[in-house]
Amino acid sequence: MLEISNLTATAGEKDILKGINLTVNAGEVHAIMGPNGSGKSTLAQVLAGHPSYEVTGGTVHFEGEDLLELEPEERAHKGVFLAFQYPIEIPGVSNAYFLRSAYNAMRVARGGEEVDPMEFLDVMEEKLKIVEMDDAMLARSVNMGFSGGEKKRNEILQMAVLEPKLAILDETDSGLDIDALRVVAEGVNKLRRPDNAAIVVTHYQRLLNYIIPDFVHVLAGGRIIRSGGKELALELEEKGYDWLLQEALA
Amino acid sequence: MSMTHWQAAFAARIARDEPQWLAPMRAAAMTSFNALGFPTTALEDWNYTSLSSIAEVPFTVGASASSTTVADLTPYMINAEWPTIVLLNGSYSPSLSSLDSIPAGMLVMDLAQATREQPALMQQHFGTVATSEHAMTSMNTGLMQDGVFVHVPKHVESETPIHILHVSDAAAAMSAKFPRTLIVAEAFAKATVLESFVGMADVAYFTNHVAEVVVGEHATITHTKIQRESDLATHVSTTEVHQARNSHYVNFSMAMGSKLSRTNVYTVLDGDGGGVTLNGLYLGKGTQHTDHQTRIEHAQPNCFSRELYKGVLDDASHAVFNGKVYVHPIAQKTDGKQSNHTLLLSPDARIDTKPQLEIFADDVRCTHGATVGRMDEAGLFYMKSRGVPAETARRLLTYAFAADVLETIENETVKQALEQLTLERYAGSGNNTAHAAREH
Repeated sequence: MLEISNLTATAGEKDILKGINLTVNAGEVHAIMGPNGSGKSTLAQVLAGHPSYEVTGGTVHFEGEDLLELEPEERAHKGVFLAFQYPIEIPGVSNAYFLRSAYNAMRVARGGEEVDPMEFLDVMEEKLKIVEMDDAMLARSVNMGFSGGEKKRNEILQMAVLEPKLAILDETDSGLDIDALRVVAEGVNKLRRPDNAAIVVTHYQRLLNYIIPDFVHVLAGGRIIRSGGKELALELEEKGYDWLLQEALA
Repeated sequence: MSMTHWQAAFAARIARDEPQWLAPMRAAAMTSFNALGFPTTALEDWNYTSLSSIAEVPFTVGASASSTTVADLTPYMINAEWPTIVLLNGSYSPSLSSLDSIPAGMLVMDLAQATREQPALMQQHFGTVATSEHAMTSMNTGLMQDGVFVHVPKHVESETPIHILHVSDAAAAMSAKFPRTLIVAEAFAKATVLESFVGMADVAYFTNHVAEVVVGEHATITHTKIQRESDLATHVSTTEVHQARNSHYVNFSMAMGSKLSRTNVYTVLDGDGGGVTLNGLYLGKGTQHTDHQTRIEHAQPNCFSRELYKGVLDDASHAVFNGKVYVHPIAQKTDGKQSNHTLLLSPDARIDTKPQLEIFADDVRCTHGATVGRMDEAGLFYMKSRGVPAETARRLLTYAFAADVLETIENETVKQALEQLTLERYAGSGNNTAHAAREH
């Protein structure tokens, strides 16, 4: 589904990604772990097309297509979704309108027809249950005055509405208490299907107790320095990142 | 040449039958205008806005005959069931007005009728509030033709807006008009007045409007102005308000038309415990020039003032916001808050914002803030990453920025009408309804 080959990227003058190689197949969950500043979030944002980063080399193919050639909205239409680490507040635009605009844009891009507000409410009813959210949240401006947990739930709600093929969760666990973490993780699990895939970016192993990965990759200094199964996460939890960094240097 | 021109226009007008008390007031105003002349940018209050482009234009006073019908006005009525008084090209039009549904007890009539039938009220209030020594106000007093008088007696309350519709059609070409509004709310009265300035044809004309508002003790006046004059028009409007003890005045100014517009809103909180809210939205495009000047005078203690002006400027448009708050030494416990936020959509758009706080009391809480920004790139990327097309995202964010201040409008119908006007400007004619972005 996703093939990243020797990807390099910069933010301003700074080299952040220094040659990423990663293959994600349908049905798989990949965890990307690593110390702060290793480039985890940059990788997530580059895949979504964030304008602050410049890709300087390598390729990214999504279902055979050159992802890097596409605008952010085109990537979304193809089925790429980024759950933001810091979801953006948009004053004056209701959550309901935002979600419906996105849902309809997606339907139109995929050759379908727009739904009207009443039809969309029916769609939402089911989706809200996935993240245990109250429909009162729909009337509020996007993320305005939301708590940290509410913002993250709102990200997963968007994911539920847009049904991406590839979901990239950027530190979705950061700033969450254990109850919010459970709700968010269960939401992600409910959306797992054999024909979709997820990349879970996280600093801590904690989230991976709830979202069980098939593969764990350790990113450090802009490169993947170790890949393994879910047991690698537990090893990192126990021993920290230092031993791996030492090994990588050795 | 210009002063002679206006003097001649004045001489022609005083031939009309006028009450004894009014004639000297007009003559004095005309003398004052002659002495002051059109304001120039040398004056502090007019630093950023020049009327020199019209000072030499020989506008006629009064327009030629017009064929506008009630049906032509439908798009501007907002709600046809509201009492609506129409001034067509500056002159009161009984046939276009619909005054059958005036709330019980209230008076809504043109100034000529008011002068005949309510001489005591007129003499008591007319010219007592708009006393600023402004050339444009003097010019209006000297040259005014028709206007509207709204009287709300003691304890009379109405939620139904009174709509004063100032219409300019093709016959207004190269004419000047000087409409005048007088709103008097007696103690414990409550009313809403909507003033629309509408240009129906692409012609050049000059509107110089003055509104005087007297808000009695415990009374509330909500006053909304919608300026959508022709893109070739020059529009100057001055609203002056006098507020008694525990009174409230709420003004909203929407400015989206005219080649050049200047809106002044001045209020004096002249009694303990009163409050004023001055909000507004200006939408600039092309080479439009849109200037707002507000002045809130806290002359007595325990009053509050709230002010929020927002603007969206595209192309090479230019806006000015000057908000003065003056707190007298006696006005302790004043609570004032002023904000001005402008979104610039183009590198050639420009805003000059000047908050001015002059505080002479020591126990007050006054804040002000102004921001000027460009499109929120983070918000844009967020929306695009959800599949919303870039252009839609841009329009939605622009609309949302502007619509925020429209939320402060209490009357739902007025609010939706202004949301619709804003949406049409930024979200295209699309299928969306005005409140779509806020749907529940």
